[in-house]
Amino acid sequence: MASPYLHLLAAQARSQLSYRASFALDLFGNVVTLGADLLAVLILFRVTPLLGGFTIAEELLIFALAATAFALADLAVGNIERIRLYVRIGLLDALLVRPLGVLPQLLVVDFGLRRAGRVVYAAVLLAGALVYAQVDWTPGRVALAIVAPISGAVLFSAIFVAGATVAFWWIESGELANALTYGGRDFTAYPVNVYSGWFRRVFAFGAGFAFVAYYPALVLLGRPDPLGLPTGLGWASPAVAGVAAAVAAFVWRTGVRQYRSTGS
Amino acid sequence: MGFITATVPGPGSPNVTAHMRTFFAIAVSGFRRYATYRQATVAAAVTNSMFGFLRSYVLLAVTGAVGVAAGYGSAQLASYVWLGQGLIGVVMFWGWTDLADRVRTGDVVTDLQRPIHPVTSYLAADLGRAGHAVLSRFGVPVALGAIFFGLYTPTRWPTYPLFAISVVLAVVASFACRYVVNAAAFWLLDIRGLQLAWSLVSGVLSGLYFPLRFLPGWATTALWLGTPFPSILQTPIDVAVERDRPVRQVGLVALQLCWAAGMLLLARWVQGRAVHRLVIQGG
Repeated sequence: MASPYLHLLAAQARSQLSYRASFALDLFGNVVTLGADLLAVLILFRVTPLLGGFTIAEELLIFALAATAFALADLAVGNIERIRLYVRIGLLDALLVRPLGVLPQLLVVDFGLRRAGRVVYAAVLLAGALVYAQVDWTPGRVALAIVAPISGAVLFSAIFVAGATVAFWWIESGELANALTYGGRDFTAYPVNVYSGWFRRVFAFGAGFAFVAYYPALVLLGRPDPLGLPTGLGWASPAVAGVAAAVAAFVWRTGVRQYRSTGS
Repeated sequence: MGFITATVPGPGSPNVTAHMRTFFAIAVSGFRRYATYRQATVAAAVTNSMFGFLRSYVLLAVTGAVGVAAGYGSAQLASYVWLGQGLIGVVMFWGWTDLADRVRTGDVVTDLQRPIHPVTSYLAADLGRAGHAVLSRFGVPVALGAIFFGLYTPTRWPTYPLFAISVVLAVVASFACRYVVNAAAFWLLDIRGLQLAWSLVSGVLSGLYFPLRFLPGWATTALWLGTPFPSILQTPIDVAVERDRPVRQVGLVALQLCWAAGMLLLARWVQGRAVHRLVIQGG
């Protein structure tokens, strides 16, 4: 059943790799983008020794966990952003009449292989951050270091899909979804206790962003939560990701069901 | 009103008021063009505000218990973030590929036939666009910042007019840089890579992600004197939050004026070279 998708995927990979210079440039640009974010964190620590009570090693671990989760999600479903274009020009109709799932088709048709550079970069950064933070390894922590970025990626993917679904109702939704996706990336890159009030409640717990990097990092570092919640919450990441995925699937189905062609 | 005046005065016309009227008419058309992108404007203002919250919390955490970081107080840092988020749309770092697109499609030939220099006409349109952005995209983030964080109120009245001048100069400097980047399309045709480099470098080095004064002193000075980037964002914000004494404040705006004028001249020069290039291609 998966084979038509694999064929589509392979065709995409071949076509993108055939423009070598362009591919290399895109890959390079994607890696540099991450470098700029990292630079911003390092600069902040030039001015202060602690950020929300966290040292630079601890903050880099949070940053790297968030970056890895986001890079994985961006590679897998980041191109869903293009649904706005598909809805506007009516290409979605073509996908709907094919005997394949709409969502997998959308993801495969525009698979952005160039985003693989970010995943590699983020994974290297995560490995470095784990060493730098001198994690006291136990079998549980090893498992969490692997499970957490994947759970985070599932959560981000759910946000990407749910955000893109807005295009079914509001065709020119523009960069509105970016506020949640790229905003979420920045939110998860810092300790959650630097935020406060309703902003923290909505995004850390409402959208589940605290479970991408912050709580897993607390478990890995063996630190108590400055917010007073049990540190074991780091283990809840897969469950939170699962709920988010279920919600996103529901939103997506609702969106597709009520989709009316733009008729142009 | 746009199409009547835009065609009347020739390049050799000694009539200065006619030139002014043309410039103004193009600026108005730029304003009206962006006034039609309503949904996109709302979406952009929401996104800018989201990042305003994020950056405010992080930067305020940097000031910590002391309440001061790199010479900025908490209220000054909050203003720093929210004015920056408001100014993103005004100076327009990203998403301006009008010229490059027209070069690629060949439409630029029409621009070259107009009786007004392309740099001048694009500048007029960009100032109109910026005027619309001041009304639409600047206000929302700044109001939210004032409500949720409390912003710094300038204590000296000359700061207000100086800020207004500084914002205009920032738009001109940003426009000239974008024009040069876009004009590279005359040689490269596809400038996506360059565009990406510009959006990254301009964001980091103009002080959007962190105040440039967080850097070591020599680096800040080198950036300010040696690159146009701080003149695009950091200068107007530093003027507004009164980071420096009045003399230095005026000095920064004077430096900004030099960069705006210098980059405009560069844009004109590049445009001149590009036209030769275009003729050689036989386009």
